[in-house]
Amino acid sequence: MQTKELQDIASQVRRDIVRMVHGCKSGHPGGSLGCADVVVALYFQQMKINNRKGKGGFISFKMDGTDEDLFFLSNGHTSPLFYSVLARRGYFGAEELGTFRKLNSRLQGHPTTHEGLPGIRVASGSLGQGLSVAIGAALAKKLNGDDKNVYVLMGDGEQQEGQVWEAAQFAPHHKVDNLVAIIDYNGQQIDGSTDQVMSNRDLKAKYKAFGWNVIDIKEGNNMEAVVAGLRKAKRLTGKGQPVMILLHTEMGAGVDFMMGSHKWHGVAPNDEQLAAALAQLPETLGDY
Amino acid sequence: MKKYTYTESKDTRSGFGDAMTELGESHPNVVALCADLVGSLKIAPFIKNHPERFIQTGIAEANMMGIAAGLTIGGKIPYATTFANFGSGRVYDQIRQSIAYSDKNVKVAVSHAGLTLGEDGATHQILEDLAMMRAMPNMVVINPCDYNQTKAATKAIADYHGPVYLRFGRPVVPVFTAADQKFEIGKAWMVNEGKDVTIVATGHLVWEAIKAGEILEQKGIDAEIINIHTIKPLDEAAILKSVKKTKCVVTCEEHQANGGLGDAVAQVLTQNFLAPQEYIAVNNSFGESGTPEELMVKYGLSAENIVAAVEKVISRK
Repeated sequence: MQTKELQDIASQVRRDIVRMVHGCKSGHPGGSLGCADVVVALYFQQMKINNRKGKGGFISFKMDGTDEDLFFLSNGHTSPLFYSVLARRGYFGAEELGTFRKLNSRLQGHPTTHEGLPGIRVASGSLGQGLSVAIGAALAKKLNGDDKNVYVLMGDGEQQEGQVWEAAQFAPHHKVDNLVAIIDYNGQQIDGSTDQVMSNRDLKAKYKAFGWNVIDIKEGNNMEAVVAGLRKAKRLTGKGQPVMILLHTEMGAGVDFMMGSHKWHGVAPNDEQLAAALAQLPETLGDY
Repeated sequence: MKKYTYTESKDTRSGFGDAMTELGESHPNVVALCADLVGSLKIAPFIKNHPERFIQTGIAEANMMGIAAGLTIGGKIPYATTFANFGSGRVYDQIRQSIAYSDKNVKVAVSHAGLTLGEDGATHQILEDLAMMRAMPNMVVINPCDYNQTKAATKAIADYHGPVYLRFGRPVVPVFTAADQKFEIGKAWMVNEGKDVTIVATGHLVWEAIKAGEILEQKGIDAEIINIHTIKPLDEAAILKSVKKTKCVVTCEEHQANGGLGDAVAQVLTQNFLAPQEYIAVNNSFGESGTPEELMVKYGLSAENIVAAVEKVISRK
């Protein structure tokens, strides 16, 4: 897929995100917008996923993901992004995005398998757990002789959870080299900048010391750079080490007034703000 | 009183370990994880036979639960093993989100539950795990009573799809259940039919209940003894049928009175058939160091305590 096509998808996904959050007056637009480029690139370019269509013309989702690359969202609060990408990729209809966070919806505030939404393989939201789950899925692939890879996205604030470092220690020790972890390195969390709240200090040095192969994607909101970085990460798989991408992003990327601070981590736009945001995001695939 | 005898004593954890050895052959998808307690969990033979199906996580139980959840996605049946203390409270949120809420086929199989862990003391003597796991939606909770029952339970849960909390213990105790028993999740075992009182017991307390039944027989009291190995889902029908006959009940568990088997039984009775109940359980207290036998006496979990509770509950009828 051409970069331009991926950019168009990302623009529509960003529209979906702000409209979903506006529609239920809650949710987390900041991180969702910031990670839009990488999750679009994963689902529409990088990952090999099963495209077989089933009921209603949607992708026939298989929980076991045999012979597929798998993606886990550990920072589950960026659920609007995940749901939009899954819908636009063909797992379910885009019109369902309008039910986000509403009663009886499959699109819960944080992702879950519990409501049977295709594309979700584990619940997330309580932070720090996704890397461990991704390691388990990667180990199962090795046991099954399945040569596909496992991707997991975490937040940088999430690195403050102790379980992350249990998992960080495990993966190199057990040579889980079919695993690519991505940290949304935006430097922001709910209470302020990560440097103020609880500094991560030198994340790259930390992960290197733990035994990971660490690369940067310096422009995490530049689709060309993201695609190139993901390709590089894939080339590093299968070499005895897990791969870590420090994805330098901007929280709120794509909507100027949401960028550059933690203030839009978990706040919904009002009607005027929604209009201002949408004016910056071309409608490329049709709004839901 | 039906006679129960035993020719050997073994620890329930050995029942777990021996079942894992068998599952290694019969169930190619069974995988074992352990957080640095392989010797205590008795899974060395499984590891020797199937090194590629064993995952050593080091002392990192939260990560172990997450990895177990992930393994199920590829069709594995992971048994995540450690001490009960570190496989329940320490990792409650991991079990809740990544396993139970995510409907993952993980078996949390934990040893050294309760006071009978003994000398290590209260830091390791979990007495709240049944309450925690009972409260968790989608979780099956099992507490077998001897080597044979633990072995049978360990094998049975491999063929049940869904999360299970299986807790067993450290001490060597009489082996009195049948080696060839069929273990049915959620099905009570009628240990002894009687008419004067219902004794509902789980785990190590089942043998104490049998000893109590023999003492009660000498006193002219005919006790019905029911083994509840599955705390959740609870065999409500078996309990109600018995209590409707005897009109009173004593519940026995190596656990806090708060939230365990006793409360599970009380929940059934208050909604269906009111009857006096006495609890044999630890009463809002932590444990301490000592031998298992000493601790069972000090904390009121012995056969003599059950006898006294039976006499009291009958007087309340």
